[in-house]
Amino acid sequence: MDLSDTPEEAAFRARLREWLAAVLPGLPPKPSPDDWPGRRAYDLGWQRRLHDAGYADVHWDASPTTRLIFLEETEKAGAPYVGANFVGLLHAGPTIAAEGTAEQRERWLPPILRGEEVWCQGFSEPGAGSDLAALRTRARRDGDAYVVTGSKIWTSHAEVADWCELLVRTDPEAPKHRGITWLAMPMDAPGITVRPLRTLAGSAEFAEVFLDEVRVPVANRVGDEDDGWRVTMVTLSFERGTAFAGEVVACRRVLGELAVEARKNGRWDDPALRRRLGRLHAEFRALWRLTQWNVSAAEATGGVPGASGSVFKLRYSHARQELYDTAAAVLGPDCLDLDRPWTLDRLSALSYTIAAGTSQIQHDIIAERILGLPRGR
Amino acid sequence: MRFRLTDDQRALREGVREVFARRFDGEALRAAVDRADGAGAGSGSEGRGAVPGAGDGADGSGPGGGAQHAAGGGSVLGDGAGRFGSGGGRPAEGPGGAGGVRAARVDRGLWRDLGELGFFALRLPESEGGVGLGLPEAVLVFAEAGRMLLPGPLVATHLAAGAVPGAATGETVVAAVDGGLVEWLAEADVVRGDATGAVALRSIDPLTPLHRVPARRAAADPVAILLTAAEQLGTATRVCELAAQHARAREQFGRPVGAFQAVAHLCAGILVRVETARAAVHAAAVTGDPADIAAARLLADEAAVRGARDCLQVHGGMGFTWESEVHLHLKRAWVRTQRAGGVTESEELLAAALASETA
Ligand SMILES: Cc1cc2nc3c(=O)[nH]c(=O)nc-3n(C[C@H](O)[C@H](O)[C@H](O)COP(=O)(O)OP(=O)(O)OC[C@H]3O[C@@H](n4cnc5c(N)ncnc54)[C@H](O)[C@@H]3O)c2cc1C
Repeated sequence: MDLSDTPEEAAFRARLREWLAAVLPGLPPKPSPDDWPGRRAYDLGWQRRLHDAGYADVHWDASPTTRLIFLEETEKAGAPYVGANFVGLLHAGPTIAAEGTAEQRERWLPPILRGEEVWCQGFSEPGAGSDLAALRTRARRDGDAYVVTGSKIWTSHAEVADWCELLVRTDPEAPKHRGITWLAMPMDAPGITVRPLRTLAGSAEFAEVFLDEVRVPVANRVGDEDDGWRVTMVTLSFERGTAFAGEVVACRRVLGELAVEARKNGRWDDPALRRRLGRLHAEFRALWRLTQWNVSAAEATGGVPGASGSVFKLRYSHARQELYDTAAAVLGPDCLDLDRPWTLDRLSALSYTIAAGTSQIQHDIIAERILGLPRGR
Repeated sequence: MRFRLTDDQRALREGVREVFARRFDGEALRAAVDRADGAGAGSGSEGRGAVPGAGDGADGSGPGGGAQHAAGGGSVLGDGAGRFGSGGGRPAEGPGGAGGVRAARVDRGLWRDLGELGFFALRLPESEGGVGLGLPEAVLVFAEAGRMLLPGPLVATHLAAGAVPGAATGETVVAAVDGGLVEWLAEADVVRGDATGAVALRSIDPLTPLHRVPARRAAADPVAILLTAAEQLGTATRVCELAAQHARAREQFGRPVGAFQAVAHLCAGILVRVETARAAVHAAAVTGDPADIAAARLLADEAAVRGARDCLQVHGGMGFTWESEVHLHLKRAWVRTQRAGGVTESEELLAAALASETA
């Protein structure tokens, strides 16, 4: 067991640090959360910078440890996060890299890496959330195209996306996990309507996407027809893997800020609150160690994170909610003020136990896949 | 011992529930949120002006300050509710004007209807034009108000009945300074306490405008704490209903999600907290004992906040939307946890009570 960098890792870390110190001061100010075109441009611009400096493919081609160092150092330096590039870099990109043809990789991967195209994820439907395989959006073959009709919901970044990784039902007769197909749908195709949905925090982070006879070329299919469920499982394990590693670093920074604020406003003198902060400190130290542990396991087994991603996701999403509840205790009455950044973060933390598989579903996955308990449904 | 509602109390609860449902239904709630929120969820800084002289409070008018004209007082059980008009609201040029900040408004028509119903004059003696009921009844009525998310400074106006002219009848909207916060300052005709230096903040609850004032320590009125606990109890009751409704109706994997033990247990846990809090709140209303009131507050806060969160979880993605009503309950519950010094004061009071009992 060794927690220190290898010489190559240390060299990568040093080079990255130096580069971040040089470029970050020159970045334009962050756009406001409601300025979607601005956010798109900002996030793509950052990816472009990474690309030009040779860090474009760190999310997939690099070793898991290198990726972790990247996430740790960029977060510590306060660099932008993937933002609107999330699906491209962490879902669709890795899926295409693993399952796509040479032609498809050539068409879609470079624009993601160069920060030219944004992707969104069209998986969930009104009737298919936790039970994703119940999805009903229908694709019918018509010559060299699929004709797609149905609706998707909770599609993050749909308004600014160029492409959608879309799950459709190609065989309604087959058992539900078969008969699903993975398509790359251009978001400017005729027949697509995007209706933004407001979150409880007041912003439009996600949308409903209505599809009315949308033609998607058969050439945009990744994997075989009716084999989309297997293709999807590859993607989902990425989502629950290292995707949150940078956030753990960010949470530890917030925790430090909470201690500063508490000492300033006097609430540090409340021993109950002080110990709560102490416990959270333990929590986030451990979550960071768990991340390192999982990354080393992934390194040994060849990269794809397994059910251990669920262990992390479950624990982390609850820790994040406790962090911002504690922030509220530190703020006192000011926790009701939306102009305090922690207030909005507290609201958005509420989605962490729902998005990307609810806590209840994560418990099921752990019980079934790790503990081998009988399936309940 | 006969620790249960009397027939009259049950009738009172059903009566006000029916009137509130008619007077402030789901549609009215939605409209009120849209109105408050339309002012701009985004920008808030402009309105952060100080509120000069907002503190010319009515505290000076003193308790029991003269007979109130509680017009038509006492028709709590019944037919007192007027039409549900949006009218009657004077253009609220409250002190400090709320330009830029979300402008939630007190619906003056609703306020007068509440007055006519006896909501504010509930505990005033009949000889003073009040309804002549006590804390147990007040708690029932405030729980119903909490359940419906009724907006406005309900507790402050109720406590001002008999002391501030027009409060009992709902002619006057009364706000009160509470620790470092004032709810509904700009909409109030009368502000009790010293609100000098008040600054608007961008409230997390679209239906509770808030101002920050320099915190001044003042002993909290136990009745205010109890009525807040009653409102929390109402919220907890409502989110329990919503969670169970959704768990019955929403299907995944070919069955209602409530059939999954994880979801069923979340719902059951909400109910356990509701029932425990209810017993604590009702008992405190009977005894009026500060320790009972502090206990009621702690239990009711927990039932409301955790209940709303578990309800949100049961709703899945739907619970995270603005359109769903769940977040409004959570946000209101969070606002109420800040009243009267927050839970810390109640915990300290109970610890001290324990120490003196065992000394
Ligand atoms: C902020 C946010 C962003 C999102 N972004 C995207 C996106 O970009 N693309 C996309 O495709 N989707 C996205 N989603 C959707 C997300 O994946 C779903 O919300 C999630 O899978 C839950 O589905 P649901 O909302 O239908 O809830 P439901 O599945 O209806 O769940 C309701 C409740 O039932 C419980 N439940 C359901 N089944 C079981 C079971 N078998 N056992 C125990 N409990 C169960 C759940 O845990 C939950 O408490 C996003 C969601 C959020 C909140």
